This record gives sequence, C-alpha cells and structure tokens, in this order.
Amino acid sequence: MKPLTTEQIRAVIAKGKFRDNLFKAIGVFCLAFALLVIVALIADMLLKGAERFTLDFFLNFASRRATQAGILSAWVGSLLVMLVTALAAVPLGVAAGLYLEEYAKRNWITNIIEINVTNLAAVPSIVYGLLALGIFVYMFGFGQSILSAGLTLALLILPIIIVATREAIRAIPAMIREGSMAVGATRWQTCHYHIIPYAMPGILTGVIIGLARAIGETAPIITIGALTFIAFLPPVPFSEIDGGGSAGLFDWVMSPFTVMPIQIFNWTSRPDPAFEVNAAAAGFVLMVMVLSMNAVAIYLRYKMRKNIKW
Amino acid sequence: MSANNASDLPGVSDRLAYNAMRNWKERLIETVLLAAAAISVLTTLGIVYVLVSESFHFFQNVSIIDFLTDTQWTPLFDDAHFGIMVLISGTLVSSGVALLLAIPMGTIIAIYLSEFANPKVREVAKPILELLGGIPTIVFGYFALLVVTPILQFFLPSLPGFSLLSAGLVMGIMIVPYIASLSEDAMRAVPMSMREGAFAMGSTKLYTAVHVVVPAAISGLAASYILGISRAVGETMILAVAAGMQPNLTWNPMEPAATITSYIVQVALGDLPHGSIGYQTIFAAGLTLLLITLVFNILGQWLRAKYREAY
Repeated sequence: MKPLTTEQIRAVIAKGKFRDNLFKAIGVFCLAFALLVIVALIADMLLKGAERFTLDFFLNFASRRATQAGILSAWVGSLLVMLVTALAAVPLGVAAGLYLEEYAKRNWITNIIEINVTNLAAVPSIVYGLLALGIFVYMFGFGQSILSAGLTLALLILPIIIVATREAIRAIPAMIREGSMAVGATRWQTCHYHIIPYAMPGILTGVIIGLARAIGETAPIITIGALTFIAFLPPVPFSEIDGGGSAGLFDWVMSPFTVMPIQIFNWTSRPDPAFEVNAAAAGFVLMVMVLSMNAVAIYLRYKMRKNIKW
Repeated sequence: MSANNASDLPGVSDRLAYNAMRNWKERLIETVLLAAAAISVLTTLGIVYVLVSESFHFFQNVSIIDFLTDTQWTPLFDDAHFGIMVLISGTLVSSGVALLLAIPMGTIIAIYLSEFANPKVREVAKPILELLGGIPTIVFGYFALLVVTPILQFFLPSLPGFSLLSAGLVMGIMIVPYIASLSEDAMRAVPMSMREGAFAMGSTKLYTAVHVVVPAAISGLAASYILGISRAVGETMILAVAAGMQPNLTWNPMEPAATITSYIVQVALGDLPHGSIGYQTIFAAGLTLLLITLVFNILGQWLRAKYREAY
C-alpha cells in the first residue's frame, strides 16, 4: 500500500471531524426535539386550559355543561386512592426488599421471588386491571371501590418500591451491620435501628416515583370499572348519611369513585370542543402533580448522592 | 437449646427467658417479611389464574382455530366473530410506528449523551428525560388526539381524525426516554480503556462509538429495546384516545383501528355482566397480550445471554 500524502491524511481527518460534528448536531437535535415535545405539551395545556383555572374548577363536580364542570370528585378520588395505595404498597414493598437483602438465603425460593419481581415490572398495566377485576372486584367482593383501585395500583408499583428499597439497602456498607451485631443487636434490631433509617432517603425516592406512576395510571382503573361520572364525594367518617345514621370510619374505602386520569379521558373523548378546554386544564393539574412528585424524588436522590459518605 | 426451655425451668434467670422471647420474635419477624416478599409471587399466580381460568371458559364457546384465524372481531354483535388477529394487527402496527421512531432516536440520544456531550449537559439532560418518562399516558393521549393529529393532517390531508399513525408517533416519543436512559447506562458501563485503545489507533469519536462502544454494550441496548417493545405493546390510553376503537384488520398506519388494550378499555367502559361471553373476551385478549410480551421478554433474555460481554 502506498503511504498517504500529508494532504490525503488531512482530508481523512477532516472527514472524520465532519462526521463527528454532524452526529453531534443530530444528537443535539434529537434531544432538543424530545425536550421540545414536553414544552409543547405543557404550554398547550396551560394556554388552552387557562380560562378554567378558577377556584370553582377545583370545587365543582363533573357536569354536562363544560363551563360549570369541575374536578372535585376527581382530585379527591385520586388522593384517596393514593392513600390506600401507599398504605398497602409501602409496608409490603419495604418488607419484601428488606427480606431479600437482609434475610434471604441463597436458595430456590429467593430465586423465584427475584425473577418474579423483575418480570412483574414488565407486565402491561392493563393486565393488573384484569387481575383486579377477577380477584378484588368479584372474588373478594370489594366491588368497584376505592379499595379495589388502591390495591390494584399498590400491586402495580410494588416492584418499583422493592427495587428502590433493595438498592438503598445494598449501598449501606457491611461494617454498619457488623458494628451493630458486635454490640449484641439481633438481626431485626440491626434493621430497625440502622438499616431502615439509613436506607430511608432511597426508599422515599422509590415510593414517590411509584406513587407518581400510580396517580397517572388510567388503564387498570378503567378496567376494574371506575365510573366516569361521579357527582358526590365518598362519605366522610362519622358524617350524617342520607338514609339516617352516620358513616363509619372506613366507609369511604367502599365508595364508588373517579380519578383525575379518568376524568381527563372522559372529557377528551367527548366530541364537544368545549370539553377539550376542561381536559387541558385537568391535564395540566395532573401534570403538575406528577412532575412535582418526580422532581422531589430526583432532588432527593441528588441530595443523597452528595451528602452520604460512609 | 437451653434458651427454648428456659421459661419452664425454675430458678433460671429472667435473662434467658428474655432471650427465648427474643429468638421467637426474630423468627416471627422473618416469617412476616418472607410473607411480604411472597406477595409478588402471589401476584403472578393471580394474574395467570385469572387470565387462564376466564379464557378457559371463553375457549369452551369459541374454538382456538377460529380465535387465531378469523378475520373479523365482532364479539358484541349477534353474528359474533372472534378473530384476535384483528386486534393484534392494530397492536403491531402502532407498536411498529412507535419503535421506528423511538429506537433510532433513543439510541442517538444515548450515544450523544454518553460519548459526545459534556458532563454538564448530561447532568441536566438525564433528569429531564426521566421527567418526560413520568408523564401520565392519558396526557400523551390528549396530546396525540388534539395536537399531533391536527398537525399531521396539515401535511397529510387524507389522515382521519383517529389514526394508528399519530397514536404510534406519540407513543414513540413516550418510549424515547426509557430507551435513551437505559442505553446510556449500558454504554457508560463500557470501560474507558476500550475507548482509549480505539482513540490511540486513530479512531474518531463517532467510529469509536459505533464500532467499539455500541458492540460492547449491545446486551444492554437490547434490554432497553425489549423494554421499549413491552411498553409499546402494553400501552393503552394513547391508543384508546387517539387511534379510535373500532376493530379493523389493517396494516396501514393511516387508518383507525382497535388494539388489544384499547378493546379491553372499550369493554370495561360499557356495562357487561360478569360471566357473559363479552366479559370473557377481555380475559382472552389479556392473555394474548401477556403471551406477546412474554415472547418478547424471553427473546430479549436469550439475546442478552448470547451477546453478553463481560469486562
């Protein structure tokens, strides 16, 4: 092979640099495009929904007249469902993560559980809806209630919380456990006084990300048969109810309900453009809820990475 | 041993009794924690049980051959046909559109962030991508129907109000962050020495990225693509809102069509009695969906095992 002349070598280098820069430009363009989509999404909802951002919108029930319709039953429903979800998923997820990291022996039971957690994360959310329809709604007889929805979403976000808990626990060095056990603590005492508190920020991050995912989930809740038009709130504990007597402490969990995403779906699928405005406004409220939860989680993780040095 | 019998023996110090209590409590706590971990296995068993048992009733009324070969899906009509291919075609076309957008774009963003961008850009861009991944799908559905479809109609006047194309494109945008984020992690895990070796041989950045880093990270990239496919196949709300819900056996993304997931939503929105054939169809459809995602996941795991390179 003939050696290249200086000019030829320069040409090769220039070509390489040009390709590098071209790719860099494509990369920046793709990234900018993805970011632009979020900005467009938020701006569109904010501008289109702007006229609905009044107190009435948050305090009114759904209505046939677009301008009088509000999201009261939807946001109350979302909060109550999230309450049930958090109460079920957080203890279960943390306990499962703790077991897998601190207690589990390397045997086939542990293997099955681990493979399961990984695979459950890939199951489409609507399949959880079908599970809940068969088990919670009909077999357990919970009906189309806040309880069914909360438990469904709890199962859905369980893998997220388990994985976050395990990662947080794994980051704690072995010397912490050894130190605790050296002064006579049992395994549970070690977990209770050391492992869980130190893993808390990581667990919290996982819990927030999980709940942010759950609050935006629509498909499984539609599948269990949540109603799209609800013009009442679940009974407040100990309040008077219409038929006489007073509501029990937990009556609200069995109440029919609607949630934010279902309200948006309902308004989006109506042909009347007046409801598009409502959908935009409610969508913006939901986005603010979800994005602020995620932002808190990302901030927590960032803080954590900076502060903890073992 | 002595600890177990401590409480029966007279004159033994309280401390041994306390220890016995303590061991018993430890055992109890471990069992409770194991039970919590077992919930995940129960969830899987529950999913399989519900889908298979309801589908079993369904297949007592409809033969599997009809289910797989019929070209019509009209389960709620008097003249009922149960050809699942109709729904599968919608699912595959919309997923195909989404992946044609998401895989190249996600990979390019990942290569850019991992090999070209300076650390400051990466520090900012990654969390924002993660935020994009957290947006509820119903919001994307709204976006597809009321923003993207009108924009597409401006360029393609023949596009109907509901189409697989606009739903698929928005679904692609939704999947980009997953692919970009996971692929970037995989490429960052490739040791620096490999890049340095390539640079020392005179490779450009792009050549190193494409011929050294990507092949080394291929199992991680494959995993991210598989996750993207699972997301696309299981995505529901974007399709229910923007792709129309009428069953339509088509391979043309410009048409409206129902998918497996949007059919389930459509049935759930109505009021079908528990135990009717219409009610059972959604479980048969759900089982089909689960099997499709399962096939892709097994394929993904096989690919990962085959091309995995350890450094």
